Amino acid sequence: MSWPARNHPNYWAFLLHRGSGLLLALFLPLHFWALGTAIEGAARLDGFLRWTSAPLVKLAEIGLVVLLAAHLTGGLRLLAIEFLAWRRWQKTAVALSAGASLAMGLVFLLNLF
Amino acid sequence: MTATLHVSVWRGGAAGSLAAYDVPAQESQTVLDVVTYIQRHLEPTLSYRFACRVGMCGSCAMTVNGVPRWTCRTHVRRVASSGRLELRPLENLPVIKDLAVDMSDFFGKWSRAHGAFAPAAGLGEEFARVAPESPERQAASAGIECIGCGVCYAACDVVRWNDAFLGPAALNRAWTLVNDCRDGDGAARLRAVAGDAGCHACHSQQSCALYCPKQLDPTAAIAGLKRATAKAALWGKL
Amino acid sequence: MGARGETWLWILQRATAAVLAGAVLVHLATLVYAVRQGLSAAAILARTEGNLAWLGFYLLFATAAALHAGIGLRTVLREATPWRGPSLDLAVLLVAVAIAAAGWRAAFGLFA
Repeated sequence: MSWPARNHPNYWAFLLHRGSGLLLALFLPLHFWALGTAIEGAARLDGFLRWTSAPLVKLAEIGLVVLLAAHLTGGLRLLAIEFLAWRRWQKTAVALSAGASLAMGLVFLLNLF
Repeated sequence: MTATLHVSVWRGGAAGSLAAYDVPAQESQTVLDVVTYIQRHLEPTLSYRFACRVGMCGSCAMTVNGVPRWTCRTHVRRVASSGRLELRPLENLPVIKDLAVDMSDFFGKWSRAHGAFAPAAGLGEEFARVAPESPERQAASAGIECIGCGVCYAACDVVRWNDAFLGPAALNRAWTLVNDCRDGDGAARLRAVAGDAGCHACHSQQSCALYCPKQLDPTAAIAGLKRATAKAALWGKL
Repeated sequence: MGARGETWLWILQRATAAVLAGAVLVHLATLVYAVRQGLSAAAILARTEGNLAWLGFYLLFATAAALHAGIGLRTVLREATPWRGPSLDLAVLLVAVAIAAAGWRAAFGLFA
């Protein structure tokens, strides 16, 4: 089956969900390890927090929030399909997922700048 | 001046290649008309399946420009806007020759999913009373029109990635039987459709529901099986 | 893994997803609030030090995330690679335990 056959909203939602999940699974251990190391003492944590104010890190954080929001709303789409047994309006659900992801990313963006 | 369709057709088995044919374009023409023209006038050794020609039997399912379809119900104008058609056999099934695939795996999985009715009552008992408006009967009725054409199976990426996955058609059938109050297979069927050869491998990509020529919804059926197996597991009945 | 085992994994994935949905929202709200208040070690630690509620929250959060990530990784590996069976299950379990351990270390670090 070729790309044209896979080019539909529920497939993109699946790709987004899987991609964001993989990236988050890669990020999570780093997040825990960095935090656990940084909080050995308030001075070290402050140093770490100063580092997080760098623009590149801020951009990465925004990316993370978008990934998180995308994975969460994609997951909500799955839960709706599996437990609410929706039929034809899953496309709307996918659109809502995408919208919600973007919205959460923007909220964070506004707070960070 | 008659327009011409440029048609690429898979020739061979698993190994093979696309052969090119030029077919006169007609005002109103289905992909099956095109394949039939090629076999009758250009290439008598071309192998393909069809039967009813009117969208009832599902025999003519093939991959048309990358999408699994019934060729008798696909108008050329809708899929070949630039005058080009690429015809391949259905995906996810072994190719016998050219456009004909071996459906044994498809029906074998139907059987492994306990896709057969197992009567709870014996002979000589009262007729079963089935309330047509009951949610179970409506869930069953929503899926019973499946004629086993294989389009959903060909469209499914989980089938592609997971050899053991029973597939949308078999699981859809199992769900209709789970909801059939006359059926007595119960927990055995749920066990057959649970696990990652079964319903839990589905990721709701819904290509099956999108391409089903009868507008059935195997994803919804599989979701139902997920709920039913989870309930059975939680109550220790799986 | 048999039908029963896979069914329980599916249930666990949805259960941890539900926990994570709530926890992530709390976490993001906390982050937004903390950033507005001014992000500093002192401010963070003032909230979390000795606070059993935050400790409990982060332990639950980290455990749910580790399980959810582990089960998800198992699914993706089974579909994208030929690896399956008990060796994959064990490898993924070890990854989950490692992630949980790192999370618990961070949570206790904030608490102590």
